[in-house]
Amino acid sequence: MALLEVKDLKVRVEEREILHGLTLTVNEGEIHAIMGPNGSGKSTLSHVIAGKPGYEVTDGEILFKGEDLLAMAPNERAAKGVFLAFQYPVEIPGVSTMNFLRTALNAQRKARGESEYSTPDFLKKVREVSKSLNIPQDMLKRGVNVGFSGGEKKRNEVLQMALFEPSLCILDEMDSGLDIDALRIAADGVNALHSPKRAMVVITHYQRLLNYIVPDIVHVMSKGRVVKSGGKELALELEASGYAQFEDAA
Amino acid sequence: MNVAVAKTGNGRAVSDLFASAAGRLPGSPSVIAVRREAFETYERLGLPHRRIEEWKYTDLRALVGEVLPLAAAPDAAALKRAADAVKAHAIAGARKLVLVDGVFAADLSDLKALGSEVSVKTLREVLENKANPAAADLLQTISSDAVISLNAAMATDGVVISVADGAQPSAPVQLIHVATASSASSFTRSHLRIGKGARATIIESFVAAGKTSAYQVNDAVILAVGDNADAAHIRLMDDSPDAVNITSQFVTVGANTKLNFFNMTTGAAVSRLQGFITLAGEGSELSVNGVNLLQKTEHGDTTLVVDHAVPNCVSREVFRAVIDDRAHSVFQGRIIVRPDAQKTDGKMMIRALLLSDEAEADNKPELEIFADDVSCGHGATAGALDDSLLFYLKARGLPEKQAQALLIQAFVGEAIEQIADDDLREHVIGIAERWLERRQ
Repeated sequence: MALLEVKDLKVRVEEREILHGLTLTVNEGEIHAIMGPNGSGKSTLSHVIAGKPGYEVTDGEILFKGEDLLAMAPNERAAKGVFLAFQYPVEIPGVSTMNFLRTALNAQRKARGESEYSTPDFLKKVREVSKSLNIPQDMLKRGVNVGFSGGEKKRNEVLQMALFEPSLCILDEMDSGLDIDALRIAADGVNALHSPKRAMVVITHYQRLLNYIVPDIVHVMSKGRVVKSGGKELALELEASGYAQFEDAA
Repeated sequence: MNVAVAKTGNGRAVSDLFASAAGRLPGSPSVIAVRREAFETYERLGLPHRRIEEWKYTDLRALVGEVLPLAAAPDAAALKRAADAVKAHAIAGARKLVLVDGVFAADLSDLKALGSEVSVKTLREVLENKANPAAADLLQTISSDAVISLNAAMATDGVVISVADGAQPSAPVQLIHVATASSASSFTRSHLRIGKGARATIIESFVAAGKTSAYQVNDAVILAVGDNADAAHIRLMDDSPDAVNITSQFVTVGANTKLNFFNMTTGAAVSRLQGFITLAGEGSELSVNGVNLLQKTEHGDTTLVVDHAVPNCVSREVFRAVIDDRAHSVFQGRIIVRPDAQKTDGKMMIRALLLSDEAEADNKPELEIFADDVSCGHGATAGALDDSLLFYLKARGLPEKQAQALLIQAFVGEAIEQIADDDLREHVIGIAERWLERRQ
């Protein structure tokens, strides 16, 4: 079943068109990789799906579970099951990770008409989840991402993914700023969360990440469009030949 | 200019005010003479206005216009309304002392529970004690500031508290000012003494009973903290949204003493807290902090002078202002380091958060350093909430206002966490949370 349908999407940022009619369908349980050179529009796509301000959609639509995603505020999208793992997760001094996680989880549950977690129930859940991801408890007491290493920030994103249980996870350049060990730990977390109902869209520059998170489908983006889609072997092909061959195709 | 006209108008209003209040103002003839002198000073100066440097951002002639007539002494009905307000604002475990419309209300106060180590008299009884030749000293004007002179002239009551040397009262004292009279003024003055080696907490609350509106409060606090003491002073100003609150504090800190002060402003159309704090003994630590939460057209001013008169003292000031709608926050902080005050360590940080395009913040930090071996610094910032932080929180499911509230809590938390007492800190966090909930 189609989870995410992006249809002929055109997006502008300050008068400049970045996406020129992008089409993409992600079904439940699939892992998609979106690859492409700098400036091809990969991050713009992830931001538009999450609802970041500053982007003007001039044409096309995005359906999520058949509903008009672009009509929803970012928080409504989150409550419906869209999760964007940030390329650079922000630091929020003065807001403890624990308080942030509980506030966010309960806000999502409230929006869905579900009961909010009591403090003991929440603590139990967060302990379970963080234990399964090998996240130390003292990290949860610190301000959100404050003083975290690159790897810790990404693990915090994976922790949120595990806690909020979204149906679509978009991982924006998850490998940036990570050494190989940190990358493996984060990728293991992501793999553990993959399920027949949960789809992943992995946005990346390099094939490297795809050694750890193996995609079903690879898309190549260039100049604001998907110019080629194929199986996981497409990523290897790109690694060998580079993006130049697609620059003209776009 | 219309300044001259305003001054004449104010002068006349005050003359009436003083003459008609004469029967209500306690004191022997010598005390009344001091009042008259103070009143004449006020009449000569009029309400402070923007051409007086210290009042540049808080022009009382423009913001307040005139001083309202003195509130009547509270009758039984007023005391009953005040009792409800006291119940709503009393801090659990604290010993209450209540002033209603500027008059001490013994029946609403916990005098008996205070015990012998904390002595309490009313300002009225001290001023009326003919056997006390120093009674008039309680009305010293201390500075040439017009609102302080007006306070000395008009103070109807207040409390005179003394915490005995070495005493460590288990419960804090909470002084609650309740307004029950609309469109009227109250003038109060309290003297607080914390003895040598004592450990004590004093809380002050300013509240309105029910729908009491458009009243004016002029309060003065004279606090003396002895050597080797450990004192906390928390002020919670939550007057009605159309009230005026002008408070002047004079604080003297002895040697090897800790003083932890915090002010929370969540009310009043126009408010000013002006504090003059002197570090008079070596080796002391002063922590002065506060939060202004302002909305609509509220004007909240905090003006502080920290005077390092002796060497080897530390002062820390952390202030946060959250300003919504068309509100206006003013912070003026001056650190003075006297020529002898070597090894002074003084820091001041003020940050304002503007939640609307029409919100205004004026931050004016000043250092006056006359010693050469000191470490002093100040900083002031004003800005909006960070969009990237807001988006992160929204992308995690928080609605806009809730995302803002979480960031605002973190912002004010940097000042609130300076409150040393755990329970009071939680209480103040609760006040901020409720203010933010009302915004949502």
